Amino acid sequence: MPTMNIIQAVNDALRLEMRRDPDVVVMGEDVGKFGGVFRATQGLYDEFGADRVMDTPLAEGGIIGTALGMALYGLRPVPEIQFADFIFPAFDQIVNEVAKYRYRSAGQYSCPMVIRTPYGGGIKGGHYHSQSPETHFVHTAGLKVVVPSNPYDAKGMLISAIRDPDPVLFFEPKRVYRAAKGEVPEGEYQVPIGKAKVTREGSALTLVAWGSMWHEAEQAAREAEAEGIDCEVIDLRSLQPLDTDTLVQSVKKTGRAIVVHEAPRTCGFGAELAAILQEKCFLHLEAPITRVTGFDTPFPYTLENEYLPRAPRVLKAIREVVSY
Amino acid sequence: MRREHEVGAVPRRQRGNHREWEPGRFVKEFPLYRLVAEDGELVGPPDEVTLSDAEVLKLYELMVLNRALDERMITLQRQGRIGFYIGSIGEEASILGSAAAMDEQDWIFPCYREHGAALMRGMPLVTFLCELFGNAGDALKGRQMPCHEAWRPGRFTSISSPISTQISHAVGAAWAARLKGDPMVAITYFGEGGTSAHDFHTGLNFAAVRKLPVVFICRNNGWAISVPRERQTGSETIAQKAIAYGMRGERVDGNDLLAVHAATRRARARAAAGEGPTLIECVTYRVEGHSTSDDPRAYRPAELVEPWKRKDPLLRMRRFLARRGALDDAGDERIRAGVREELQRVLKEAEAFAPKPPLESLFEDVYAEPTPLLREQLAELEAAVAADPRVANPRHSDA
Repeated sequence: MPTMNIIQAVNDALRLEMRRDPDVVVMGEDVGKFGGVFRATQGLYDEFGADRVMDTPLAEGGIIGTALGMALYGLRPVPEIQFADFIFPAFDQIVNEVAKYRYRSAGQYSCPMVIRTPYGGGIKGGHYHSQSPETHFVHTAGLKVVVPSNPYDAKGMLISAIRDPDPVLFFEPKRVYRAAKGEVPEGEYQVPIGKAKVTREGSALTLVAWGSMWHEAEQAAREAEAEGIDCEVIDLRSLQPLDTDTLVQSVKKTGRAIVVHEAPRTCGFGAELAAILQEKCFLHLEAPITRVTGFDTPFPYTLENEYLPRAPRVLKAIREVVSY
Repeated sequence: MRREHEVGAVPRRQRGNHREWEPGRFVKEFPLYRLVAEDGELVGPPDEVTLSDAEVLKLYELMVLNRALDERMITLQRQGRIGFYIGSIGEEASILGSAAAMDEQDWIFPCYREHGAALMRGMPLVTFLCELFGNAGDALKGRQMPCHEAWRPGRFTSISSPISTQISHAVGAAWAARLKGDPMVAITYFGEGGTSAHDFHTGLNFAAVRKLPVVFICRNNGWAISVPRERQTGSETIAQKAIAYGMRGERVDGNDLLAVHAATRRARARAAAGEGPTLIECVTYRVEGHSTSDDPRAYRPAELVEPWKRKDPLLRMRRFLARRGALDDAGDERIRAGVREELQRVLKEAEAFAPKPPLESLFEDVYAEPTPLLREQLAELEAAVAADPRVANPRHSDA
């Protein structure tokens, strides 16, 4: 089985889906001949041509609005937003148009598309190449939101997303784009959207994370194990739809939960998870559900390591939660 | 990283390579295209007329229906029978003339005044009325406020309230049709206020870059709610904006059904031939308020409106048809009586539906399949309604 990084896995999924379905098209800024600033669409232009791998003018709102029209007409567009930080010019199109089109036309129309975008900090990107805006989209009915953490899931979930009848936001963890390597099967396979994965079993507490922060949670769990604390780690993978069953089952077992995400804490997705878990696991809880997150500041440049909820901060929270 | 800013750039002294601003230049460059004068006389070249008298008569009947519908629904809103209405009084020629110029396979991406185009594309009047009521007969399951219809069988897309967002949808559909090799041309509508919104810029830019088959119809009705056209753009005309995008622009008398039809027909032919998109400015006037929620007396002197009432597009077509011997007073009265009777009958039909769609429909169509959390929320709501029916009342003390 070949070893790939996340970029290669994404590229492989796009290539396979474009070969399978002539309606799948890729569009965005620099995605054509250049192959994308992160190389995720490398080689697609040569194989599928300028009609299916389309460089667009530099306007995210236009990219998503145009993709919507394409989807209405029967294509399966996969628009790329070069950095998640630049998704906001398209926010109106995503929130008011893409998300509501099926609902507002009572199913007469739908606009399935996969909006791929690299997100997250830790690459010395400052305010505008580091943000994690997933919560804005989870909060919008009609969108699916997924965040793979590794190459296997990236490929399988991207294939599932392209075949999904609903619009999917596909957040790619750019900090581990190349660092996260793993075995990836050749050919097509799907990882279902809406299913979390227990990546480490344990009984002391449940760590929930996604994307690049899953790697920090795993690292913290390994270090905690050396201290005799066996953590269960859940890679959430899909924020909408949410796999509540897997979360509830785990927290009922461990009685303790820590949510790790790099977006700011207030109204971050950790707040939603904490609310759901206390609603559904109240009598099983042994400690307050704890959040280890980015802070309520814009994403910083020089102090980004301090800002990010990396393994040492997670480990500190683990110690506090088990001794509560 | 991209998007680096040029820091500390010093503005260069004007070196005289700019073009002098000549007031009035674009009004001359984009003369108002007109075929029929206000008195109904054909004043344009007869070979540019693209409609037979029979076709004009049919469109005139639809204009009469559209007008009567708008007037009746405004009354209904005042009676409290519907919550809101936004129509096209005075703008019927701009809408119906252009929509009629498109071929059957073409897609329409409307703003929120193109109800006449939806009816033209086969949306049953009763379906439109049920959308206004949001009742059990509403094809949209009561989800949108009035006048936000959608009609897929007629390739009339779904209406949203944000301004100009539909423009890039039209561009995308045209792009998709080209990729699929379909002879489809997309048409999209917006007001002159909409030309200030970013989707106007991105839409026209994307379309021109790829020479996509799109017809952009700007209904320049002079007003964006209370803001007059002069406060919307510094351009003398809307049509001239086409130049900067690299496409053809045309300025048309929007109250002249024949001129709008002929101009749109030409634009459609160019689009279909791969010659790219066209921006058509239909110069018309919003003789009523923006919607039933608006009272223009607060910001617009009545004398501004009077001249436009004389330019009424229905009156002009009626005079045109009369001059051609295609419609006399008795014939016109027959049309109007028929429309009144139809409206009365269909209104009764629409009001006979149950006032609300079923409860569970609230949770349908968010996704192709409801998520587990949506199922939970439906169960929660059903239990709440069962426990206390006042949940469904606007004021719980009404129960």
